[in-house]
This record gives sequence, structure tokens and C-alpha cells, in this order.
Amino acid sequence: MLLISCPNCGSRDETEFHYGGQAHVPYPENPNELNDKEWAHFLFYRENTKGIFAERWLHSTGCRQWFNMLRDTVTYDIKAVYPMGTPRPDAAGTLTAETGTASLAADSTTTGTAAPSISGTSIAPADPAPSTTAPKGATK
Amino acid sequence: MANSAALEGINGLRDIRRSPASHLASALEAGSVQGKVVLAEGPFQTMAGVRVDPGSEGASRIAAVTGGLPARCGDVTGTEGVSVLWLGPSEFLVVAPEEDHDSLGGNLIGSLTHALGDAPGQVVDLSANRTTFELSGPRARAVLEKGCALDLHPRTLKAGTALSTEIGNIPVVLWKTGEESFRLFPRASFADFLGRWLLDAMREYASPEVP
Repeated sequence: MLLISCPNCGSRDETEFHYGGQAHVPYPENPNELNDKEWAHFLFYRENTKGIFAERWLHSTGCRQWFNMLRDTVTYDIKAVYPMGTPRPDAAGTLTAETGTASLAADSTTTGTAAPSISGTSIAPADPAPSTTAPKGATK
Repeated sequence: MANSAALEGINGLRDIRRSPASHLASALEAGSVQGKVVLAEGPFQTMAGVRVDPGSEGASRIAAVTGGLPARCGDVTGTEGVSVLWLGPSEFLVVAPEEDHDSLGGNLIGSLTHALGDAPGQVVDLSANRTTFELSGPRARAVLEKGCALDLHPRTLKAGTALSTEIGNIPVVLWKTGEESFRLFPRASFADFLGRWLLDAMREYASPEVP
């Protein structure tokens, strides 16, 4: 059981929350200009990160508010909890001042590289042309 | 559809209204252990769901009606009879006696709606949404601790705190009304389950304590 620190309600059981998938997936600026493949990428293609992952959570049994979380998908260590709409903290989760949940320990137990790629979760200006990175044969 | 106007408002139906756990009344009485833990279903209450940005003008007008809006998780504000529970940063539950309902001569819902006016937000009559269980006695906390992960110890949970959480795996608003008394608001459809769950959790206190 994870103990998740809701920004509004404090520490609560995982069963009070709902998972909302990957965070920082920008809505396409011009959805009408996307072809089917690009639209499918926006809708269905998500990172499958081993390591620190930015994801959305909903405190559905409590305050019913969404928030973002940096969680290690290997150790389930919660690195940071931060509000919707704010940029992702760095991979070590240096947003420690407010949340108190971040761990400063080195990311030693996960992947070989200390910091997993976060390029897929960047909130830099939306580039609605992800088709160049599409796996071959992913859509037929 | 029946023409509800022909029924002279809800007053014509008041006498046949049955609370969601009324069928458990005798079981709750039989399962209560006087001096240890007592469970009963509370009377009908008028409840209104309010959603409004607490910093807005509409919120201050609503606060004037209810006697303040709670600012953070767990807070309860209000005046005589009318209490406001914090459910979310912009979501509140107003709880008042049944006779405050507009259909029974009161004006709570109407005055809240009037106070909100055209401001962004909503006031919804939720009087039939939840029922009330009153759990009290020196063992009340021990009963709740069997199915609630919150820290219910009095050093953390003070009287006059209301929290939206899970008890027995169902969503419940838990309101600590006194040092040894709790008020539980389950949704009406969970009333039967929660009533029986609490009775089961209370059963051990009817027997002599095993040293």
C-alpha cells in the first residue's frame, strides 16, 4: 500500500486515489491538422519508463482534486508531489520544500543511467508531429 | 411522470419517507453495547452541496448565510444548527436539521441559491444523498480503526473535525463531533453495508474482554 501525500488532505492510503496516467502530455495546438496516426499517438502512446515517472493522480475519495507526482516505477518511491499545471521538477525531485515527501537519496536502485529520459514528458512547446518516432508497424 | 405539483410539494410525501437504514433500526439497537459503543441512525438532515471559489464574492455571500466557509481539510464551520464541512478546496457540504429544508418551512437551500446568485458555482440539494450514523462510546474509535486508515487518535483527530475518507472500503464523510462520538455520512446506497459492517465490528465489545 502506498501512502500518498495529497497536497490538500495530507497522507492518505493509495486506495483513496485514482491513477491518471502520464503527466505533461500536451493537447495538440491544432487538433484538426493532425492525421489519424498523429492523433492516435496523442491519444494512446505513452512512455513506459523504468525509473522516475511523472504521472497524474486524483484524490477521488477525498478532495477530488488532481495533482502530479514523480514516482519511481521500480521502487515506488515518491519523489515529489506538485500541482497540476506546474513544470516537472528535475528527476531527483528537488521540490522538497513543500511536499516533504521527496527523497534525496541517490537513484541507485533503478536503471543504469541515473536519470531516465524525460524527453517524452517535456512540456516544451507542443510538437504535434510525433510520427517520426513511431515504431514501425505500430499502426496498420 | 406524476405531476409533482399535484402532490402539494414534498410535504405530501414526508410521512412515507423512509431512511436508508430504517430496516436496520432494531438490529442497531440490539447490537449496541451500552457503556461501550452505541450505534444509531440519525434523523433526516438537510444537506446542500456547494461549489464556489472560496476567494470570490459569491463565496463571501454564502459564508454570510452559513456562518463562514471552512478553509482547509478537516475544518467545520457554521452557526447554530447549520454546519459546513470541507470536502475540497472549492467544495463544501452544508448540513442542517431537516426542518431547514425549503419544503418543510425552512429556507436554507433557497437562501444559499440566492446568495450564490449568478456567480460561478453551484448549490445542489443533496438531502437524500447521504444518511447519518451516530457512533459513540469509549470503544467507538476502536470500532472505526478496524476499517479506517486515518490516525483517529485524539492527539491527531480533534473533536470538530470532518474528513472525507474510506471506512470499511467505502467512501464516507467522518465527522468527529465529540471526544467519543462520531457521525458518519455514507451514501444512501451504502447505508445497509456500512450499518452491518459497523455492527460486525462492534460485536466483540458485547463480550467480556479477554485479558
